[in-house]
Amino acid sequence: MKQFFAFVEKEFYHIFRDKATMLIILLMPVVQVLIFGFAITTDIQNTEIGILDLSGTPDSRALVQKIDAGPYFQVTARISSTDQLESLFKKGDIKIALVIPPDFSDDMAMGQGTQVQLVTDASNPNEASIVNGYLQSIIGAYSLERYPGDAPKSTSIETRMLYNPQLKSAYTFVPGVIGLVLMLICTLMTSVSIVRERELGTMEALLVAPSKPICIIFAKTVPYFAVSLFNLLVIILLSIFAFDVPIRGSFLMFFLASITYIFTSLCLGIFISTVSRTQQIAMIISLMGLMLPTVLLSGLMFPIESMPAVLQGLSYLLPARWFIEMGRIIMIKGLGFGYIWMQWTILMGMAVVFLGLSVRGFKVRLT
Amino acid sequence: METSVVASLVSKSFGHGNHRVQALDGVSLRVGKGELFGIIGPDGSGKTTLFRILASLMLPDKGRAYIEDFDTVSQYRDIRKIIGYMPGRFSLYQDLSVEENLRFFATLFGSDIEKSYPDIRPIYRYLEPFRTRKAGKLSGGMKQKLALCCALIHAPKVLLLDEPTTGVDPVSRMEFWGMLDLLKAKGITVIASTPYMNEAMRCQRLCFLQNGKVVGCDTPENIRHAFPFKVFSVKSADKSRLLGDLRKFPACHACYPFGAYHHFYYKEGSLRMEELESYLASLQHEEIKIKESEPTIEDCFMNLMSQGGTDGN
Repeated sequence: MKQFFAFVEKEFYHIFRDKATMLIILLMPVVQVLIFGFAITTDIQNTEIGILDLSGTPDSRALVQKIDAGPYFQVTARISSTDQLESLFKKGDIKIALVIPPDFSDDMAMGQGTQVQLVTDASNPNEASIVNGYLQSIIGAYSLERYPGDAPKSTSIETRMLYNPQLKSAYTFVPGVIGLVLMLICTLMTSVSIVRERELGTMEALLVAPSKPICIIFAKTVPYFAVSLFNLLVIILLSIFAFDVPIRGSFLMFFLASITYIFTSLCLGIFISTVSRTQQIAMIISLMGLMLPTVLLSGLMFPIESMPAVLQGLSYLLPARWFIEMGRIIMIKGLGFGYIWMQWTILMGMAVVFLGLSVRGFKVRLT
Repeated sequence: METSVVASLVSKSFGHGNHRVQALDGVSLRVGKGELFGIIGPDGSGKTTLFRILASLMLPDKGRAYIEDFDTVSQYRDIRKIIGYMPGRFSLYQDLSVEENLRFFATLFGSDIEKSYPDIRPIYRYLEPFRTRKAGKLSGGMKQKLALCCALIHAPKVLLLDEPTTGVDPVSRMEFWGMLDLLKAKGITVIASTPYMNEAMRCQRLCFLQNGKVVGCDTPENIRHAFPFKVFSVKSADKSRLLGDLRKFPACHACYPFGAYHHFYYKEGSLRMEELESYLASLQHEEIKIKESEPTIEDCFMNLMSQGGTDGN
């Protein structure tokens, strides 16, 4: 046991004394959260809208006013003909346009359904559909306000966005970023630190000592486990205070999910170290083989359901996928263990497999 | 003398097919308890491989090795408890201080600095002023002393030192070998390799390794006495031309540059100094100086190497 602690202590020295490592540990989580939070946001704010009001009545002006007043849209152009519309879109001055027909007010007065036209710049389809949705819901709210109780003449769809009614992207990315950062810290750093010992020749001195492989391996994971917990805390605090992300479910449950994920990532890191001969190889496997798929396939940025079957299958292999699912279920939906047991079990299973392979693959001799 | 380390017909090769390199080819050794045993040989002669196999870090392809009667393959756990091994490459943690390194390795072997202090004190006293310095910032000599301390911290019975003084200044090298004498006096078996011949002289017995084969193994005195030639040390103004001319001389068995002089080997009785002198004078060499020399261990080494080389091919 004393040996084990000596190992752990030594490993902490390595971490604290290497400036590059410290920089990664301290800065990476913050930078990632901020990048994902601010830059890759899909939230709608002050979207430029053009208005072609052919009706020009108090009714239509009230609608435009309502759109302009909210935080989502900003009326940047009031135009008088459809020709102008196209040039505005081409110049990129507006993202969406609302066309109010001449008989808008009359139709409303007669109590029959009325139509407005939304024209959207769909060169970025994702954004277009979100902007579209926002505007529709404002218009829907407007007509409901104007004619409460009046049964709509045609079937209308009422959409309710559960758990995240404003579709804030912060809600979805926080579990994702936690998944990404922890994966990097645990997997990349653990694997590199083990391979480094082999490259620098210090493994040669370690091996001649009568220590058990499992002792060396576990001792490697402890410091990174601690570092990961610290990072977890930083990200959670940042998400709560900078992005108002709620933790609706039990904090303890989320903690359990995170610890499990950290454990799995550490085991994966150790496993990578047993198959990589140089630090570069370990880094390439961790970055190209894990980070990229984690960003693209884990559901962090793109919905898994809309991927081709092959990629969906690939995503099953990513620990981050299961963690992100758990994170969303607990943080955003506020559900308990009954809803995450499957993901949790899968992660634990992965950890056991990686650990088993690593202990078996650990070489007690030089090759 | 009781036997401490045995290697019998150990062979090891690396690589595949055409790139196969025979690192060790049937090496046999027997080292007594408390002996200071030297292994010398040119780069690539298989010294490091031999050390790794003895340290149980590598498996031999053929043959067996034993340390204190433990088999290096099947009983490697027992071996790792009783050997101290210093790899050829500095293999301590550069970012840990002298004391931290020492403490770490002590704990690793289930000991501690305080308990082992009497054992390492003669060496550690050189390091003590630099206790808090990072190992990476030590001079070459200090690094090797620290590595030796770390290898000694668990009071091993057998010490395996792979080129412990390579890249170390001459004064530190002398100190280092002084330490090995102390260890030998304590009854620790020490096997060390070195590229420096003056160090090899300090070993009780020497083993010449070449192309993975043992080409000679004896005490330094016996090796020198067994040298089959007489030696002239020859010097002139034009050293490089001199070497070629000496080698062309019919009575010359071999000739190698040794610092300021060339060592000229010849069969006893086949040549008188004056003959050589007049030969060189006829070739317009100036400031010719010839003197008779005792063969050094290096002469023996060169000779064994040239024999080994012809055998090998």
